[in-house]
Amino acid sequence: MVCCGALAADIRQIATRRGWPVVVRPLPALLHNRPEKIADYAERIVVTAHAAGRSVILAYADCGSYGGLDAVCARHGVRRLPGLHCYDVYAGSSQVAELFAADPGTYLLTDFLVRSFKRTVLAELGLDAHPELWPDYFGHYRRLVWLAQDPTPELAAAAERIAALFRLPLTRVDTGTRRLERELATLLAETEDGRRP
Amino acid sequence: MRSEELLAELYDKTLTGNGPAVLDLTRQGLDQGIGPETLLYDALIPSLEEVGARFERGDFFVPEMLIAGKAMAGALDVLRPLLAETGAATIGTIVMGTVKGDVHDIGKNLVNIMFEGAGFQVIDLGVQVSPEKFIDAIKTHKPDIVGFSAFLTTTMPMFKANINALAKSGLRDRVIVMVGGAPVTQEYADAVGADGYAADASAAVARARELLNQRKAMASA
Ligand code: B12
Repeated sequence: MVCCGALAADIRQIATRRGWPVVVRPLPALLHNRPEKIADYAERIVVTAHAAGRSVILAYADCGSYGGLDAVCARHGVRRLPGLHCYDVYAGSSQVAELFAADPGTYLLTDFLVRSFKRTVLAELGLDAHPELWPDYFGHYRRLVWLAQDPTPELAAAAERIAALFRLPLTRVDTGTRRLERELATLLAETEDGRRP
Repeated sequence: MRSEELLAELYDKTLTGNGPAVLDLTRQGLDQGIGPETLLYDALIPSLEEVGARFERGDFFVPEMLIAGKAMAGALDVLRPLLAETGAATIGTIVMGTVKGDVHDIGKNLVNIMFEGAGFQVIDLGVQVSPEKFIDAIKTHKPDIVGFSAFLTTTMPMFKANINALAKSGLRDRVIVMVGGAPVTQEYADAVGADGYAADASAAVARARELLNQRKAMASA
């Protein structure tokens, strides 16, 4: 199971709990910021795994590869998670669409982003070295929506700190990981079916 | 500082996005009698083109691109009135905006800077621009070109919506439509009926020039 680093923790937990016979192989979550590279990375792993006689599932949404992962899927007969990004994976594309329709100035967070905000957002966007760029990046935002998988008090406090940084209101939407689990189970079943003659 | 030295320094400081130094060097260059066009074409624009090339290669990421763009924008503020004085005719007018539902604007702003540097008049409508707002601006400013920028799979369809709105208001044939943004490809641009697409800011200016020349040739034919 090749997955995005931002989904890896949840996927491991689900796979262990369900006793799935899979190896979870995360790609760096920072590829999110370089999405043109995701398809190449994924393809290399798919090719190696197939050569070793293993089936592969791409636990990835499109993630800004803008069709690149779909092309990999088509070339190698593998499947990926539905949706455009991890927000769709957790909350479902219609709920994400509703959130943006309600206010396009919505910035989404997941547990992963809340936990890694300093590294994956602040550092990656250069805001640690150049805090003056804040308005260039986030000047158009009006609210934060945290799509929460497992909102522990520590995470809630971290999310509040991020909201304070933005000086924006924070809404929490509890998504859990049920949708992710369901989609993974579907992919797994389909992949096993596909293997039988 | 000799002129060549100053231009080289201006190039380097733009590349590293040192806004205050870029501003100083621009003023110093002008004081020394270097023409605003020389500062622009022999230092600022080539530097920003190099920034674009490094981004393409993966040596630079968004923040480097952003600070370099801002440094150049600061210099442009100083040069703009002088360029107008030298009577450098504007090549054309472009109305630009990020489409409705989308607030990504770093790419669009860089495109604007390059257009301005190349002698275009740029009217920036900002982000989340609705079809109605584009139509109003086109009626008011009568631009040669309108540019739509989008970064989300879910907002790209606004290109088509905007173009339909243009057709409905009878404006489609009066303006060149250019589209761009990370998810956009030439095929997509063709599919929605845009006139031009470009993958980066320098290419956008080159393509705009081409399209303008085609228009002129057609008009005089
Ligand atoms: C920086 C960034 C942000 C910044 C934006 C800050 C800002 N003020 O613009 C922040 C962090 C705020 C952000 C927010 C979001 N983002 Co964002 N973001 C990016 C990122 C990393 C880079 C985009 C960028 O600015 N590049 C820099 C520019 C300079 O590069 P460029 O694209 O090459 O630009 C050139 C060309 O496109 C061209 N061009 C641009 N416009 C035009 C117009 C015309 C007419 C022409 C001719 C040419 C042209 O010229 C430009 C200059 O050379 C991309 C990933 C990526 N690497 O593309 C994700 C990405 C675009 N974002 C994404 C997402 C999902 C979001 C959010 C929904 C995330 C969230 N947590 O809420 C929100 C969006 C909310 C909304 N309603 O818009 C996804 C989109 C996925 C999809 N399939 O739709 C991406 C692909 C990330 C991913 N891997 O999933 N984002």
